[in-house]
Amino acid sequence: MRHLLAALSAALFAAPAFAAIPRDGALGMQPAATRIAERIHHFHTFLLWIIIPITIFVLLLLLYVMLRHNSRSNPTPRKFSHNTLIEVIWTVVPALILVAIASQSFPNLYYQDVPPNLQQVQDKANQLLADGKSAEYERFTKEYNPEAAAKGFVNVKAQGNQWNWTYTYPDITDDAGYPLEFVSNPLQVGLSTDSTEGVRNLSVDYPMVVPAGRYVRYYTAAADVIHSFAVPAFGIKTDAVPGRLNEGWFLVDEPGTYYGQCSELCGVNHAYMPIEVRVVPQEQFDRWAELMLAGDYDAAAASVQNIASIEPATKFAAVTE
Amino acid sequence: MPMDEVALDHAHDDHDHKPGFFTRWLFSTNHKDIGTLYLIFAMIAGIVGYTLSGLIRWELAEPGIGVLTRFVAGEGDVAIQNAKHFYNMVITYHGLIMIFFMVMPALIGGFGNWFVPLMIGAPDMAFPRMNNISFWLTVAAFILASISMMIPGGSAGNGFAGGWVLYPPLSSTTGHPGPAMDVLILSLHTAGIASILGAINFIVTILNMRAPGMTLHKMPLFAWGVLVTAVLLLLSLPVLAAALTMLLTDRNFGSQFFNPAGGGDPIMFQHLFWFFGHPEVYIMILPAFGIISHIVSTFSKKPIFGYLGMAYAMVSIGVIGFVVWAHHMYTVGMDVDLKAYFVAATMVIAVPTGIKIFSWIATMWGGSIEFKVPMLWAIGFIFLFTVGGVTGVVLANAGIDHSLHDTYYVVAHFHYVLSLGAVFGLFAGWYYWFEKMFGIKYNGMIGGLHFWLMFIGSNVLFFPQHFLGLQGMPRRYIDYADGFATWHQISSIGYAITMVATLIFFIGLAEALIRRRKGVANPWGEGATTLEWTLPSPPPFHQYNELPHVTAKGGH
Repeated sequence: MRHLLAALSAALFAAPAFAAIPRDGALGMQPAATRIAERIHHFHTFLLWIIIPITIFVLLLLLYVMLRHNSRSNPTPRKFSHNTLIEVIWTVVPALILVAIASQSFPNLYYQDVPPNLQQVQDKANQLLADGKSAEYERFTKEYNPEAAAKGFVNVKAQGNQWNWTYTYPDITDDAGYPLEFVSNPLQVGLSTDSTEGVRNLSVDYPMVVPAGRYVRYYTAAADVIHSFAVPAFGIKTDAVPGRLNEGWFLVDEPGTYYGQCSELCGVNHAYMPIEVRVVPQEQFDRWAELMLAGDYDAAAASVQNIASIEPATKFAAVTE
Repeated sequence: MPMDEVALDHAHDDHDHKPGFFTRWLFSTNHKDIGTLYLIFAMIAGIVGYTLSGLIRWELAEPGIGVLTRFVAGEGDVAIQNAKHFYNMVITYHGLIMIFFMVMPALIGGFGNWFVPLMIGAPDMAFPRMNNISFWLTVAAFILASISMMIPGGSAGNGFAGGWVLYPPLSSTTGHPGPAMDVLILSLHTAGIASILGAINFIVTILNMRAPGMTLHKMPLFAWGVLVTAVLLLLSLPVLAAALTMLLTDRNFGSQFFNPAGGGDPIMFQHLFWFFGHPEVYIMILPAFGIISHIVSTFSKKPIFGYLGMAYAMVSIGVIGFVVWAHHMYTVGMDVDLKAYFVAATMVIAVPTGIKIFSWIATMWGGSIEFKVPMLWAIGFIFLFTVGGVTGVVLANAGIDHSLHDTYYVVAHFHYVLSLGAVFGLFAGWYYWFEKMFGIKYNGMIGGLHFWLMFIGSNVLFFPQHFLGLQGMPRRYIDYADGFATWHQISSIGYAITMVATLIFFIGLAEALIRRRKGVANPWGEGATTLEWTLPSPPPFHQYNELPHVTAKGGH
C-alpha cells in the first residue's frame, strides 16, 4: 500500500500523462477527453453564442427603456397596449432559435446515448475508403474510430455501493471463469485518519483502468441506494439504480488519469465516493489485468501509476492543457 | 390590466366590526386576516429556511468539514461523521421549507388571499372556513416538518437527509429506517391537503365571484396567475400524495412499489414525484409573474402590453408544465427517444416565457417609469429571470444535461429562477402592497437599499455556481476537491451580503411599524388601476358590501 501511494504521488507530481482534475477558478468545462465530451463542448459553446447575446439584448432593452422612458425624460406616458407585428415576431423568432438549438441537440443526444454498432462503423469506414472518399472518411473518423471498432468493446460494470464502487470486467476471467472484480475505495473520507496522498477527495486505492483507443461500454448498477457514475472529462453521467442495469459508452484516445464523483445523493459519505479512471496503453492494461487476476492489487495499481504515453489516434484541441 | 371605468359604490361601512383577538386571528375567516397570517408564517418559515442555507454556505466557504461539527454531537472524527449527515439533512429541509412553507404560503396564501378577492371585486373567498383550515393545516405541516428534523432518521443521525426529492431507496427503510421520514411524509401530506383545499377555494372564488362585468378576459393578471397556479396544484398534488402514500406503505406495511427486490421500481417514484415536481416550479413562479405585470404597468403608467397574450402565456406554461417532467431524470437510464421528446417539449416552454419577458419590456416602452422600490424589484426580476431562463434552455438539452445534471450548474439555474425569481417577485409584491395591506408607509430609502444589497449579494452568491457546475462540482456535497475552492468562497461571500440585505429588510419593517406613517388609498397614482387601489388603506374589514361594477368599456 505504501509503495502504491508513493508511486501515486510521484506519478501525480511528475505528471507524465494527462490528468483531468477540477481547476481552481476555472470558468468552463474540464478539458474534453472523449469525442462525446468534445461534442458537448462544441454544443455548449454554440449555446453560449445564443444565450449570452439574448441576455445582453434583454439587458440593453431594459437599460434603454429605463433611460429613455422614465418619468423625467418622458413625462407623458403613451397608452398603446398592442402591436400584433411585434408580438408575432417575438413568438416566431424564439421558436426559430429553438429549432436551431434542436438541430444540434438531437444529433448530439443520439450520438452519446446510443453505443455505436462497431460492425457498422467498420463497414462504413471500409466503404468510404473503397469509394475513395477520403474527405468523408476523414470526417467520419472524427466521430468514430474504425481502428478501435475492429477491436470490439471493452466491457466494464460499475456498481455503486454505500460508499465505494465495485468494478467488474466480465470479459476478463480467471481460470475458473470468474470475472475480474474489485472494490475501489476513496483515499479520503474527510476524517483525521485520511491518507494525505493523491488528489484530495478524488483519488482511490484501486482505480478503474481501461485501455486507450478502445471503445468502452460501461454498465451501472447499485447495491443499496441510487448512485450516479460520472466522469466530467468524458462527458458521461449515468445513474446507478437498484434493480436496473444502465449502459453507456466512451472512447478515450489520450492516456491519462481522469476523475469523477458520485452524482446522486446516496447518504452520509456521498461526497466521498470518487471515481478514478486510468486510461493506459493496451499492453499496460493487459499487464494490469494479469496482476489483478493474480490477486496482487497493489502491484497492479503500481503498474498503472506511470502511464506510458502513446501517440493518440486523434488529438483533441481541447485536451492540450 | 386596464380598468378604465370602474363604478364603485361601496359606502364606507362605519360599523366595521372586528371580532376579538382570538376569534379574529385563530378562527379567522376573513381573507385579509388569513393573508396576513400566511405572510407572517412565511416570514418565520423563511427565516428558518434561510438560516439553513446559511449553514450550507458557511460550511462550504472552505474545503474540508469544519463549521458543522460545532452543531452536532461528538468530538473529532465522530463529530465529522455526524456533520456529514447533518449537512444532508440541512440541504433537504432548506429545500422543503423554502418551497412548501415560504414561497408557496407567501405568494399564494399571502398575496393570493389578500388580493385575489380585492382585485376581482369579491367580498371574501368562496369558502372562508376552508380558508382557515388551509392555513392552520399549513402551520401543522410546518410543525411536523420541524419535528421530523429532530427525531431519528436512521443510524446516522436525526432528520431525513436524502434531499427534497425524497428518492427511494434512500428514503425507504434501506436508507432511512427511522421515524423522521414517516413524520416528513405526514408533513407533506398535510401541506398537500392544505394546498389542495386552498386551490379549490381560489378556483371557485375566481370562477364564481368576480364583480359584475369582470369577464375572465378583463380579470387582473395576478388573478390569472393564481387561477393557473391553483389548477396546477389541484392536478399535481394528488400525484405527490399518491407517491408519498406508496412510500409510506413501502416503509411500514411491506408493500414493494419502489423496491426492485419485490418487483417494484425506484424510478417509478421519480416519475410520480416529478409529475408533481415540475408543475410545482411553475406553481412557485406564476403568481410572481402576475405581480410583476401589475407593478410594471403601475410604475410605467401604461396598460399591460399584450394582456391576452400574457394571460394565455401563463395558461400555456401551465399546460406544457405537465408534459415535461422527465427532463429532471435524463440520467436515470431512459430510452433515448423518450429523452428526445422531453428535450423538445421542454424547450417549447421558452416561447411563452419569452413572450412574458418581452411584453413586460413593451409595457415599459413609451411609459413614464418611476423607479419606486417595487419597480426596482420588478426590473431586477425581469433580468434575473432571463438569466435563469436561458440556463434552463441549456439544461433542457439532454446531451448537455448528461454533463450538468446534479451539478452546481443546476443549483445556479433554479436559484436564479426561484431565489432571484420567485423571491424577487415576493419582495416586489411586498413593497407594492405593503401600504395597502397595513395602512402604513415604509421608508423608500431602506427599501431601495434592501433591493440593491439583495441584487448584488444574490448574484455574487449564485453566478459563480455556474462555473462550479461546468467544472463538474456535484450537488449535495459537504466537502469538495480543492479545485472548486475559489468559487465556493466567493459564493459564500455573496451569502454574507444577502444577510446584510435581509437584516435591512427587517429594519425597514420595524421602522415602518414604529413610525406608523399613515398610508393613503392609492400611493402610486394614475398607473395603479386595479380595484384594490379604490379601497382605503388598509381596506375595511368587509369590503364591497355593494359589488363594484366593471363597465363593458374594457378597452384593450
